[in-house]
Amino acid sequence: MRNLIYLLFISLLSVSSTQLMASSKMHLEPVEIDLSDKASLQRGAKTFVNYCLSCHAASFMRYNRMAKDLGLTDKQVAENLMFASDKVGDTMTIAMRPADAKKWFGVIPPDLSVISRARGADWLNTYLRTFYLDEERAIGTNNLAFKDVGMPHVLWQQQGYLENEHGHLATATKGVDSDYNQTVADLVNFLAYIGEPSKIQRLALGKWVLLYLFLLFLVVYPMKKAFWKDIH
Amino acid sequence: MSNTVDNGKRRFLTTAASVVVGGAGAAAVAVPFVTSMLPSAKAQAAGAAVEADISKLEVGQQMTIEWRGKPVWIIRRSTETIENLASLDSLLVDPGSSVTSQQPEYCKNDTRSIRDEVIVLVGVCTHLGCSPTYRPELAPEDLGPKWKGGFYCPCHGSRFDLAGRVYAGVPAPTNLVVPPYYFQGDNRLVIGEDAQGAA
Amino acid sequence: MFSSLMGWVDARFPATKMWEDHLSKYYAPKNFNFWYFFGSLAMLVLVLQIVTGIFLTMNYKPDAALAFASVEYIMRDVNWGWLIRYLHSTGASAFFIVIYLHMFRGILYGSYKKPRELVWIFGMCLYMALMAEAFMGYLLPWGQMSFWGAQVIINLFGSVPFIGPDIALWIRGDFVVADATLNRFFAFHVIAVPLVILGLVVAHIIALHEVGSNNPDGVEIKKNKDKNGIPLDGIPFHPYYSVKDIVGVVVFLFIFALIIFYAPEFGGWFLEKDNFIPADALKTPEHIVPLWYFTPFYAILRAVPSVAGSAFAGVAAMGAAQVFLFLLPWLDRSPVKSTRYRGPIWKIALTLFIISFIVLGYLGTQPSADTTLLVNNTILARIFSVIYFAFFILMPFYTSIDKDKAVPDRVTMK
Repeated sequence: MRNLIYLLFISLLSVSSTQLMASSKMHLEPVEIDLSDKASLQRGAKTFVNYCLSCHAASFMRYNRMAKDLGLTDKQVAENLMFASDKVGDTMTIAMRPADAKKWFGVIPPDLSVISRARGADWLNTYLRTFYLDEERAIGTNNLAFKDVGMPHVLWQQQGYLENEHGHLATATKGVDSDYNQTVADLVNFLAYIGEPSKIQRLALGKWVLLYLFLLFLVVYPMKKAFWKDIH
Repeated sequence: MSNTVDNGKRRFLTTAASVVVGGAGAAAVAVPFVTSMLPSAKAQAAGAAVEADISKLEVGQQMTIEWRGKPVWIIRRSTETIENLASLDSLLVDPGSSVTSQQPEYCKNDTRSIRDEVIVLVGVCTHLGCSPTYRPELAPEDLGPKWKGGFYCPCHGSRFDLAGRVYAGVPAPTNLVVPPYYFQGDNRLVIGEDAQGAA
Repeated sequence: MFSSLMGWVDARFPATKMWEDHLSKYYAPKNFNFWYFFGSLAMLVLVLQIVTGIFLTMNYKPDAALAFASVEYIMRDVNWGWLIRYLHSTGASAFFIVIYLHMFRGILYGSYKKPRELVWIFGMCLYMALMAEAFMGYLLPWGQMSFWGAQVIINLFGSVPFIGPDIALWIRGDFVVADATLNRFFAFHVIAVPLVILGLVVAHIIALHEVGSNNPDGVEIKKNKDKNGIPLDGIPFHPYYSVKDIVGVVVFLFIFALIIFYAPEFGGWFLEKDNFIPADALKTPEHIVPLWYFTPFYAILRAVPSVAGSAFAGVAAMGAAQVFLFLLPWLDRSPVKSTRYRGPIWKIALTLFIISFIVLGYLGTQPSADTTLLVNNTILARIFSVIYFAFFILMPFYTSIDKDKAVPDRVTMK
């Protein structure tokens, strides 16, 4: 027992936090992910399909799976959320060919199926909120989280344009959507969902497995004690 | 001081309890592994219903489309063919389509179809799975004078009529399968689903 | 009826004899403690990895163009695929945690000493095989970290003088890590190395059972037997240790389930973020980090500077770090097995060794140019590498002069 405590103590002393994967030291805007908030996921899905799906595929996400998890019928999804695909069993692919994308944008817009697992929700939230006007670039905008990104500010109609005053962003256009942060939060929530649709099932099942194992412990430990009673 | 009889009982009871609880867990753990081998969402999507446009299908013409990896034939039958069907009953194994696994309820009739003139069949011989040839002509030399049109399987010689019903005395045991299907308007067939829902 | 069936079998196959020799009449010391759970747990994790691995192979596609997508296919479209995947990925890390604790037990109680040197050697071969298995398995998801980790490590083989580049080309099957590499790593990972591992496990256990298990007091229980030839301090493995190990299994599974269901990525330690980006030969990630269980050796590798423009010195040092572990039975000159009865120098040396292993492990995850607690990482890595090697190199000396305590004749139930 002494050895174990001693080993744990040394380990704790020697190891730092799990921030090891943060590649940039910039401040990230935290966002709350709630996969049980179906309304939020539906709003996020709408934004995604209307604004992102023209260039970015989510080719591992099936429409009918999304319907089931978001509390929609196949018909609702087919009528409101499907433009490029035919059948509700299809995945969210796009019509744009990669060669064309490379020519028009300089880079192929990445598939967004698992982007939230690669970048993290907070990063995505920050990214979508820190586009700013930049005269030196051909597309006219830049981004604080992703320098010289090839993506234009697709959601400019909701957020308006921001100006970069020495790292601090200020609103350049007036009369824009005051709910922009909520729109982004919903979109990021949706991206977190498509990153791992089975997370909902995983979290639901976890407590039962743990409960079972605890019950199993309650029978196997007395069994061990019963056999070991005569060993001294 | 331990009472050995008592201890023996304790050992037995705790072991029995552990086996029961542990066994239940082991069975539960097997479920995900066994279920993972069932068709995935991708296989099910690929196996979803297919649509067929029969507006250009002429009388006597056969159209082949793929559903769940198998050929499905759609044939527009002539009135003559439909009238001839009853006369073949005595030569067939199951003229009344009594084997229910071979067609949906709504095709358990004389023409094995929803509408008389359009027959939909899975083009796979019920013997060992070859795809029979379409022989609509009357009395060809190799099939004999009594042949009123149908399907001939080249692998082992099974024969079926133009309602997919199997002839007696051939290796195939049952009628050709009629898949679930329904009409969407006059010229559109949805194959793979009943009118109410998925197969 | 059962006994007559067993009689029929026994006349043709030593079933009952094997059952008795290895379970019901294999006498193990009665004082096994917490550290003795990890052998059976290692076997459990091995079975788990094989079973989940088989089911993954049913749907995984070992093709550079299809691999990444096939893993996501498993995660989403295959019924329960996500669970099978997480069991396998968490299982890999769990395997190393269990093995490192299992090896630590060996060092703690001198289980590598005579007559158990061969048990230790087979065990060390298993450790090497396990590292190869994990390294090759990690390429299979074909993410950025998979690709670049493999690229870096195979290039290290390329640093071997004269024959290096040819070896690297031969391993890769191409000029860079490519489809050919993926396919052969798949073949090795799925069948070749697992067969080697299974063979070594059998050898490991046979060697152990031949001489009998050690124990926390380092006392040889075979020295004191009763009139029937049964060690006085021995108890039959079955039923005593079978029921005890079952409890260990349940506790392990509880912790294992906690991770699988609530934190399968484990903060990026078990499933790295960059691996959710498909492999791109033209874009190197900012930090290429090997999996956590390789990091101590990676730190040693980086700590050694280039000699004559070649990284080979670092590769050699990394190799030496593992070779020394093989030599423990002969470097340790003390007649006393268990740390409980060893002198103070050994205890200090062992403590320093553990600290260096963990610190090096941490440093392996960090960029070498960074600082930790105001000291440059490379300097820290060098200091702790020296401590690591000193543990082994100086061992013949300090274990000879150490003041060991008296070892009891019989085990203590501490």
